[in-house]
Amino acid sequence: MKALVAVKRVVDYNVKIRVKSDGSGVDTANVKMGLNPFDEIAVEEAVRLKEAGKIDEVVAVSCGVQQCQETLRTAMAIGADRGIFVDTTDDLQPLAVAKLLRAIIDREKPQIVILGKQAIDDDCNQTGQMLAALLGWGQATFASKVVIEDGRAVVTREVDGGFETLALPLPAIVTTDLRLNEPRYVTLPNIMKAKKKPLDSVKPADLGVDVTPRLKTLKISEPSKRSAGVIVSDVAELVRKLKNEAKVV
Amino acid sequence: MVALVIAEHDNAHLKAVTLNTVTAAAQCGGDVHILVAGSGCGAVAEAAAKVAGVAKVLVADAPQFADGLAENVAEQILAVAGNYSHILAPASAFGKNVLPRVAAKLDVAQISEITKVDAPDTFERPIYAGNAIATVQSTDNVKVITVRGTGFDAAASEGGSAAVETVAAVADSGKSSFVGRELAKSDRPELTGAKVVVSGGRGMGSGDNFKILEPLADKLGAAMGASRAAVDAGYVPNDWQVGQTGKIVAPQLYIAVGISGAIQHLAGMKDSKTIVAINKDPEAPIFSVADYGIVGDLFEVVPALVKELG
Repeated sequence: MKALVAVKRVVDYNVKIRVKSDGSGVDTANVKMGLNPFDEIAVEEAVRLKEAGKIDEVVAVSCGVQQCQETLRTAMAIGADRGIFVDTTDDLQPLAVAKLLRAIIDREKPQIVILGKQAIDDDCNQTGQMLAALLGWGQATFASKVVIEDGRAVVTREVDGGFETLALPLPAIVTTDLRLNEPRYVTLPNIMKAKKKPLDSVKPADLGVDVTPRLKTLKISEPSKRSAGVIVSDVAELVRKLKNEAKVV
Repeated sequence: MVALVIAEHDNAHLKAVTLNTVTAAAQCGGDVHILVAGSGCGAVAEAAAKVAGVAKVLVADAPQFADGLAENVAEQILAVAGNYSHILAPASAFGKNVLPRVAAKLDVAQISEITKVDAPDTFERPIYAGNAIATVQSTDNVKVITVRGTGFDAAASEGGSAAVETVAAVADSGKSSFVGRELAKSDRPELTGAKVVVSGGRGMGSGDNFKILEPLADKLGAAMGASRAAVDAGYVPNDWQVGQTGKIVAPQLYIAVGISGAIQHLAGMKDSKTIVAINKDPEAPIFSVADYGIVGDLFEVVPALVKELG
């Protein structure tokens, strides 16, 4: 059976982002970009399922600007077999991405679709759930363990206060949490091999999907700054300040 | 305009974060209704009816809601969604799991983790790990929203007298089934609602060393938290994690011990009223957000602090 993974190109997680002074957005010019960390975990999990003989093929999909093809090459260097690039310069919101992915899933007919739980740029945490709803499939979000057995996925999820385990008949949607796995380093030979793997390109219009944004961003601003604190010399001074100045103990 | 709040509960108690969500719902203008979908959840419905500012409580009581499965709860919300202008849930593991399903079925965008209501169709929400605030306007006819609890005060849990109405339960979807649950037991306050939080990071060195934070947490009646580094190192359970991808807290006092202060961690705690940092590295980024910092060995400072607090 086939696995499909969705990957997003985002600003590298180590970058300290800068808000544009005119409030129109975040400055992404000349900023290091990379594969969203949760999506990296998703690709790794699909590749591990393939290595375990549970699935035969891993297809990676990315939606957005031309450079998303680099993100797909990274996914293929981890071990995805081929890539599908949805070519658009439109501002894609999660609902639009879910609709694009649904259209591709209708063509590809995967048995399991793995996404990251959230992208570290918009911090939405929606796409996987929306996709499951559009397809009418079951969902297991925030996964920390995935077992495929007897035509179903048994998934342990991270929830507030601990873990819970669900069983889903396939096909199903899984979104990854941090502790699902440790993604492998991509090696140079695998990067070279990834360049030769097939990468198809498609436009939203070919898929019959309207990607018009539903949310209008009025402005992007800096969060309020905290005023500079003080370094205290000893514990006695700290407790005095907490009692008298901050009045929190 | 009427707003529907999806109650988070464990079939016996209404979770506190529901109260913050009610406040956000009230700010959207109009009446506030609460939907309680659960199994044997009568006590929760009673508690919801007492919440100040709530006009009506809808109860769907059936076995298929016992474990909060997203497929079933989302269908139940859709079954009652009819005339609501806003549908809100807490931005907890539960709300984040369920609500995007509802939004997609209604063919509307979801607005995640709002921290402020500017107008009934305009909201503020943090992006890029809290390093920027986006003000967004929804053009959809129904606003589907998850609410960051720390961004809103809790509605009073007493004083209301809402009518309780039973609604027909939707059938089990059969798309997922519950296998089991493993919850960490703790006598301490819940992390997201605690007035004081004591957190440890990689600098703690080991899981055993977290014990030195316990007397401090006991003294302050604090919840205990951790950075991702401490969780990944296996020092403490993952539900202690404070940060962009863990819990978001905003207590009166946050004490960060042996935490360097990575962007991801700051996203989870920088709205705390007072932040204290204890770290041996004077260059640690945590000092840039701390109100009070002590540069020193945590294994000396923490016991001394407990002693000084008396």
